[in-house]
Amino acid sequence: MSTSRGHELPTVTPFFADKQDLLARILSRYPDYGRRSAVMPLLWEVQRAERHVSRARVDEIAEILGLHATEVKGVMSFYSTYHEHPVGAYHLQVCRTLSCSLAGADELAAFLEEELDLVNGETDAEGRFSLQFVECLGSCGTAPVLQVNDSYFERVSRSRCRALLDAMRRDALPAPTVERGGDNEVVRVEGADRSATGEAGEGDRA
Amino acid sequence: MTDAVTEAPKPITSRSDPRFEVTLYAHVGAPGSHTLAYYRAHGGYDAARKALGMTPAEVVDEVKASGLRGRGGAGFPTGVKWSFMPPVDGRQRFLVCNADESEPGSFKDRYLLEDDPHQLIEGMLIGGWAIQATLGVVYVRGEYHHAHERLRVALDEARAEGILGTGVLGSDFDFDLILHRGAGAYICGEETSLMNSFEGLRATPRLKPPFPAQAGVYGLPSTINNVESFCAAVHIVARGAAWHAAMGTDDSKGMKLYQVSGPVRRPGVYEMPMGARFRELIFDLAGGPSERAKAIIPGGSSTPMLPWSDATLDLPMDYGTMAKHNSMLGTGGVIVIPEQKCIVDAIYNLVRFYGHESCGKCTPCREGVATWLPKMYRKLLAGQGTRDDLAVMEDMVKNMRGTAFCPLADACAMPVQASFRHFRHEYEHLADTGTSRYPRRREWAE
Repeated sequence: MSTSRGHELPTVTPFFADKQDLLARILSRYPDYGRRSAVMPLLWEVQRAERHVSRARVDEIAEILGLHATEVKGVMSFYSTYHEHPVGAYHLQVCRTLSCSLAGADELAAFLEEELDLVNGETDAEGRFSLQFVECLGSCGTAPVLQVNDSYFERVSRSRCRALLDAMRRDALPAPTVERGGDNEVVRVEGADRSATGEAGEGDRA
Repeated sequence: MTDAVTEAPKPITSRSDPRFEVTLYAHVGAPGSHTLAYYRAHGGYDAARKALGMTPAEVVDEVKASGLRGRGGAGFPTGVKWSFMPPVDGRQRFLVCNADESEPGSFKDRYLLEDDPHQLIEGMLIGGWAIQATLGVVYVRGEYHHAHERLRVALDEARAEGILGTGVLGSDFDFDLILHRGAGAYICGEETSLMNSFEGLRATPRLKPPFPAQAGVYGLPSTINNVESFCAAVHIVARGAAWHAAMGTDDSKGMKLYQVSGPVRRPGVYEMPMGARFRELIFDLAGGPSERAKAIIPGGSSTPMLPWSDATLDLPMDYGTMAKHNSMLGTGGVIVIPEQKCIVDAIYNLVRFYGHESCGKCTPCREGVATWLPKMYRKLLAGQGTRDDLAVMEDMVKNMRGTAFCPLADACAMPVQASFRHFRHEYEHLADTGTSRYPRRREWAE
């Protein structure tokens, strides 16, 4: 464990010290010649438990895999979901890409900034909330989407967003409901105006 | 958390329309559809058994004859790709599933992964047998945690039941899958970047050739396909190539998961035969636009937009037709752009996306996509642009076409060029007046 001063002894208990079974399980997924593939899953384990991956953990993963720490750091910094600094207990990620933006995601993002008094990338002092604007989450048909930690909350209206924030403040975040969009009750209506210049939504009589 | 997710009460697809026979998407949304018990009760793994009774070459030929083209966006013939694998020579061979769905406007694979993971496993089993690979990789984007968990459980179920592992389904074929989770990088959808990412490297693209069949995962022979392509292979084997080839148009066969988002009444995923028309998708299934529209992005954010018109609405959504109209079918992810949305702002949104996702490896993308193009857009949108700036922007995107290391720069340049082609007046209005023709902010549902 080297620091810029180069003489400090390790003071942190290794993350995987008491998780040898987990470590072995992860490493065994990959062929011997592909040991390096375990770098992302190991980063994920640390990230999930500690809400960030510290320099000490980077060093530890490098040591496990026989890599230089800078190689692990290089991988880690490439991706947007590993964090150098701890994110909040509730890490809110707002997609602002086109389909979500068309569904009001910019307003949603502004609302969260104001409600939480955070700007993009910040974590509050209590470590409860952090806010991150992200790109397309693949929830375009159920936009806008708010990802809280690993869960998607879809079709988030202003009232739904308020309710979710209240729930998080009480540490009572509900399980997300499955949203699938589309419809299985589509009825074709004869004579509906399906022209490009027709009144919007005339085709909808289902 | 995952298992606590409450199930939707009923399946939601285009299945109620008698014109469509829903196959790929038949079980999405059905309670318990992700379990092996459900999958088996609906004929699950019968196609894999059938494939294992054929020779690998016969399976490849069947998929070739079906006319299936890759559903990840590029549309390369799947069977042909499978036939690129070198002869078996004792080296490990890999079959890779690209489940890194992240092209804005695309969300079909997520539902397949979450609600029908065994369909993918069966498709990969068939593909593994066809190319004689004993190991497969499913690379799922990091944000798809729920999908990842569903797949993880499904893989355990399959292993416990002898569907994966040594001697699958009682045959002498060994096949297993490695589930690998990404961590938020659009570039991983590019096949060689995905392979680098899987190997524990930064996800930058590799020079081609060599192509994956020659040197893929760990430098070993590999074939990579999209989630939907593998799922289609299940039905092709089950029902025969002729059944698949009978659907669709001249150059686009079979069924397709189209997606529609933006201001329509019922956005979502709809399975339709290839070559279905925009009008059928947007009006008959998605209920029509909820406000006046002015453009359609036909197949994910990188595909050039088409103006909203009766002529456009009547176009069949297939590879050839889209190419003929200077666009692409891509992933089939249709985005409807409302009239009240400033086109410059809409395209800036996409430019910002591509800028964020540029890996920085090559100059046209690093300088163009990630740096100067977004700056030019911000200047324009701030009311400080000029007509000269528009010329610079057009020149810049022209120089990004075909000059970058991987398709990401093209993916950014194409929608920009299309927006200039169809909505130049909105750019000019902004440059001349300093204000957008459509300044209104999008409303957020109360």
